[in-house]
Amino acid sequence: MDIIVCMKRVPDSAAKITVAGDAKSIEQDGVDHVISPYDEIAVEKALQLKEAHGGTVTVVCLGVAAATKEIRQALAMGADQAVHLKDAGGNRGPLEIAQALAGVIKGRACDLLLFGKQSIDADNGAVGVMVARLLDLPVVSLVAQLDVADGRATVHRQSEVGTEVIEVTLPAAFTVQRGLAEPRYPKIKGIMQAKKKPLEEIDAPAPAGTMALDKLEPPAAREGGRIVGEGKDAVGELVRLLSQEAKVLS
Amino acid sequence: MAYESPDFFALDELLTEEERMVRDSVRDWVEERVLPDISDHYLAGTFPMELIAEMAELGLLGAGIDGYDCPGLGPVAYGLILQELERGDSGIRSFVSVQGSLVMWPIHAFGSEEQKQRWLPAMHRGEAIGCFGLTEPDHGSDPGGMETKAKKTDNGYVLNGAKMWITNGSMSDVALVWAKLDGRVHGFLVEKGTPGFTQQQMKHKYSLRASDTSELILQDVEVPADAIFPGVSGLKGPLNCLTQARSGIAWGAAGAAMACYDEARRYVAERVQFGRPLAGRQLVQAKLAEMLSEITKMQLMNLRLGRLKEAGKMTPQQVSMAKRNACWHALQIARTCRDMLGANGITGEYQVMRHMCNLESVITYEGTHDIHTLILGHKITGVEAFR
Ligand SMILES: Cc1cc2nc3c(=O)[nH]c(=O)nc-3n(C[C@H](O)[C@H](O)[C@H](O)COP(=O)(O)OP(=O)(O)OC[C@H]3O[C@@H](n4cnc5c(N)ncnc54)[C@H](O)[C@@H]3O)c2cc1C
Repeated sequence: MDIIVCMKRVPDSAAKITVAGDAKSIEQDGVDHVISPYDEIAVEKALQLKEAHGGTVTVVCLGVAAATKEIRQALAMGADQAVHLKDAGGNRGPLEIAQALAGVIKGRACDLLLFGKQSIDADNGAVGVMVARLLDLPVVSLVAQLDVADGRATVHRQSEVGTEVIEVTLPAAFTVQRGLAEPRYPKIKGIMQAKKKPLEEIDAPAPAGTMALDKLEPPAAREGGRIVGEGKDAVGELVRLLSQEAKVLS
Repeated sequence: MAYESPDFFALDELLTEEERMVRDSVRDWVEERVLPDISDHYLAGTFPMELIAEMAELGLLGAGIDGYDCPGLGPVAYGLILQELERGDSGIRSFVSVQGSLVMWPIHAFGSEEQKQRWLPAMHRGEAIGCFGLTEPDHGSDPGGMETKAKKTDNGYVLNGAKMWITNGSMSDVALVWAKLDGRVHGFLVEKGTPGFTQQQMKHKYSLRASDTSELILQDVEVPADAIFPGVSGLKGPLNCLTQARSGIAWGAAGAAMACYDEARRYVAERVQFGRPLAGRQLVQAKLAEMLSEITKMQLMNLRLGRLKEAGKMTPQQVSMAKRNACWHALQIARTCRDMLGANGITGEYQVMRHMCNLESVITYEGTHDIHTLILGHKITGVEAFR
């Protein structure tokens, strides 16, 4: 089984994010980067499937030159090869990213195409399903369980309303979420082998300029809470404020 | 707030991508697997046995050995592993140092082909644990005075004597016991369960509590002829092993110092006394500045030591300086940090006191501070002062 996983380089969730002087990017100084956590889960799941069924795992990353670090990380975890779509800068919306990814995936052997359900920086949750559409593959999003047998995948799609159990014929695409697999720590031997594994570097197509980033602002500082009263007597006022002012109760 | 590993002189830039990746993998593992439970193990006086399989899975055991299924990792990456492990606890790092540098390394360097085949892959997988028996009740700094003796018999050797303060001693499947045969020191591999061989844990330690420290008693222990190391005789056998392990201790001690410094730095940023955070006080800042300077010096020394080792140019005296300097300053830093945390600093909620107590062992074993002073003194003056 040949598996392709798309993964993105994102700032570490523990990093302190500040907007840079140009008001269009984030300050890179002192910010660690990682594989976006949901993508990392997808890499782990791909490796587990390969260990159980044989085959290959290829990671594809559209990202700046420095993303080789995250790509090597995936190779150290056990992926067989990687494609680095080198991004020279500029803005791309989800569709443009999806087009670039679909462009390099097309024509490669692929029974299973995996994505994280969303990246933890842009949070669009759009690229995975778009790539699947562009490649004409069936796609299931928000997958929390995935089993493969006889050319079919049985997946659990988990959302707020409950769990859907879906069967799909392969090849197919999935966007995955927490609970699917626990990413492994790269092992010493894996890390040492990583630098010898094939890493194909391709220049990403220049952004078409359909999307421009105007301005980046940090979220407004949260206002302090308000004490509306004490004990039972406060309940009436609290309910009124929650329904009329905050509009979280109806 | 997450751990921020001090790197004031941007030494990260001097590491290869592979070295950084190894370090980061171990750092994450320590954060998630060692730190949550280590305080409980420390108080209970138990080694976290459940972590052995995980460390083996990561490939940390004998990671520097080349061949026999071991990865053959370079000295800087190996040092970084030990630094990160000791950021967790000196007991965890000691386990790995003994297994890798004091047992696997000598088997690889001095053992027979059969001994290597038999032990190295199994020890790398964590299926066999080893210990290094040099120190005796009456001979610590002066191992040449050892009383443990081996006698040749028709089938092999018979060993008599006692070893003390032996890390991993009780849990070991194989003990590397140094004993005198016709007055010359030789290494013998003694297996658990051999009649007359007792492994007994030592209790009532105030230091290195999350580590198995044991006594080995050898009473007419018969070992086969192939239990002896064919490749070495004399004190240079054990001393060469110690050079390996000591270079790792320099890295480890730096890791403990980094853990303490980072904890104190975070603590004083939040702790308010007399109306403002302690971090804004000159006395506190002086301590932080001093500690960060010493940590940076340790890191520089360790990195250079690793590069010298890589190039085959490292000398035992350089190792002595690095071990001595790192342990001394790590211990001072741990004590200072303990103080900076006030009463909280004596509890298991924080790491400083555990590191502080651990470092009392680390500055003692593998050559005490003063023994390394004398080694350096000998090198500088050409005059031996210890005898
Ligand atoms: C937790 C722990 C784990 C250990 N693990 C191991 C192990 O796995 N294997 C092993 O073989 N050993 C192990 N050791 C033993 C350790 O290596 C010895 O304790 C150490 O070498 C010091 O020996 P000693 O305790 O006999 O002290 P001594 O040699 O008696 O020294 C006592 C003091 O005298 C000083 N001194 C000694 N000689 C001189 C001199 N000539 N001039 C001036 N001062 C001197 C020393 O610096 C020290 O301050 C361990 C020790 C500890 C505490």
